[in-house]
Amino acid sequence: MSNPTMTEAAPDVTVAEPVPAEPVLEEAVLEEELVTADLLVEEVSIDGMCGVY
Amino acid sequence: MTGSTGTGSTGTAPLVEEFQYGLAAPICLTWELTYACNLSCVHCLSSSGRRDPRELSTAQCQAVIDELERMQVFYVNIGGGEPTVRPDFWDLVDYATAHKVGVKFSTNGVKITPAVATRLAVSDYTDVQISLDGATEAVNDAVRGPGSYAMALRAMDTLAAAGFRGFKLSVVVTRQNVTQLDAFQALAGRFGAQLRLTRLRPSGRGADVWDELHPTADQQRLLYDWLTERGEHVLTGDSFFHLAGYGGALPGLNLCGAGRVVCLIDPVGDVYACPFAIHDSFLAGNVLGPGGFAAVWRDSELFADLRRPQTGGACESCSAYDSCRGGCMAAKFFTGLPLDGPDPECVRGHGEAALAAPGRAGGAPRPSGDHSHRTSPRARPREPVPVTIGRRPPESGRGAGFTDRQHPPDRACDASPLAGFHPASRSAGVALGAGATGGVDGPGR
Amino acid sequence: MSTRPAPHNPAPFDLDVGWRLHPQVAVRPERFGALLYHFGTRRLSFLKHPALLTVLESLDTAPTARAACAAAGIEGPGLPAFRAALATLAASSMIEPAAAAQ
Repeated sequence: MSNPTMTEAAPDVTVAEPVPAEPVLEEAVLEEELVTADLLVEEVSIDGMCGVY
Repeated sequence: MTGSTGTGSTGTAPLVEEFQYGLAAPICLTWELTYACNLSCVHCLSSSGRRDPRELSTAQCQAVIDELERMQVFYVNIGGGEPTVRPDFWDLVDYATAHKVGVKFSTNGVKITPAVATRLAVSDYTDVQISLDGATEAVNDAVRGPGSYAMALRAMDTLAAAGFRGFKLSVVVTRQNVTQLDAFQALAGRFGAQLRLTRLRPSGRGADVWDELHPTADQQRLLYDWLTERGEHVLTGDSFFHLAGYGGALPGLNLCGAGRVVCLIDPVGDVYACPFAIHDSFLAGNVLGPGGFAAVWRDSELFADLRRPQTGGACESCSAYDSCRGGCMAAKFFTGLPLDGPDPECVRGHGEAALAAPGRAGGAPRPSGDHSHRTSPRARPREPVPVTIGRRPPESGRGAGFTDRQHPPDRACDASPLAGFHPASRSAGVALGAGATGGVDGPGR
Repeated sequence: MSTRPAPHNPAPFDLDVGWRLHPQVAVRPERFGALLYHFGTRRLSFLKHPALLTVLESLDTAPTARAACAAAGIEGPGLPAFRAALATLAASSMIEPAAAAQ
């Protein structure tokens, strides 16, 4: 599931951060982002809590 | 994806660890508005039937809602007893939604008229849950009483006719109805409702029928498989997290929410850790106290204890522990099992073994109150309907509803669910038999 | 926790347009970040980083999501994780493009 518009290897030019030295595969970056996204955001239904009848 | 123990490379802690610091407010909570009820369901978790004379007034209820708004509680699940029998019920629902607190109320359908259904259908901030425990009249009415099936179906029909899509059909899974899961699904579909299946706990009158009504081990497996294969749109209130040991957790937080993300406010304003744990051991305070509900949620010792990360105790070495987290605190408590040991319905059978263990004194804690009708409120049906007669007179001298701590407990675990549980040293919890001198209320188990 | 995994978002999250919190979403700050509840979808989101809350609070006034991230001190190497988090929130309708505003 490649995504040609993702350019994470080359951050926005307005930022002064250096471009990462190692090129990374888009797939790997996407996967890593999804993993870290799981860690930053966790979702559950409002019914997903035990102790509510 | 294990239970709630995953850690992240970004360093975010698992939620169960965050809960030790306490959430600013419960995410949602159960609020039993009244102990009055037109029915006498045999397994009622709140032993409801008769109104308690100390029931909160309209003004006191509004003050609670004001607090919930300030605390930004997203949602309150209003139940009872039968909440709609309170004359101010609809006003309180309106008051809550006007104050940005979402309301889902649980009802047996007695007061769902077309006019009511129309009002409810148009709001995003109200939801309705119709209780039903059999997909057929025979199975349902054996538990909920004659006429209750017809009443529930009439209510569902009324809601559907008013255009209310997605209301909840909520079922407590029992030995008798676990074979009817597909039929429940069809019933929900027929009325445009969403099916909700929840676990029977040995709470309230449930303690008296637990042995006959709780699903067998085989049925439990059947239920788990059904939920996994066909339960994509079925809600469970995370009440089956004890089944995660079968492999793969069901949707939800997958942990005990008591005192951490949820709690109960009862009809007299007592705050308990969970609606399935109405017992002095789980009483955190009362909303009529000086700091109101907020102070109880934030500062009660009981909730601080519950929020601390718990070790598995006797379950620690079990490979399923990461998934099942030792199961349901209320189920253990009311079957007389230690809280740091297996759930009575442990999928590995450890609970059954613990219940059968020799040297385990008979008996289990009784619920703290009993508002049951003294006799069945309806005429005898064709078939016998099991009716629970109140076993104890109402407690006297409870004053403003604070705990009964003047009376010495029969056993250590009557005083505190954490008896023998020392967070620092993690000694083994109280085994039921240790030091027990008998003398529990009611017939032993 | 058996929460719904982040959807494999086919469309990339566009950092360079304006976004806003969905009007039916309630936000409650917490020690670990925040809780979001959507009254329409009845979904609950745990935001597990305080900076993510700051990003959301900046969305309304920032011209783009990227600017909102910058306002929260998130730029460069830290951005991908937050971009993905925003993608998750967009997929569950917690946030929507600001152009959706009436």
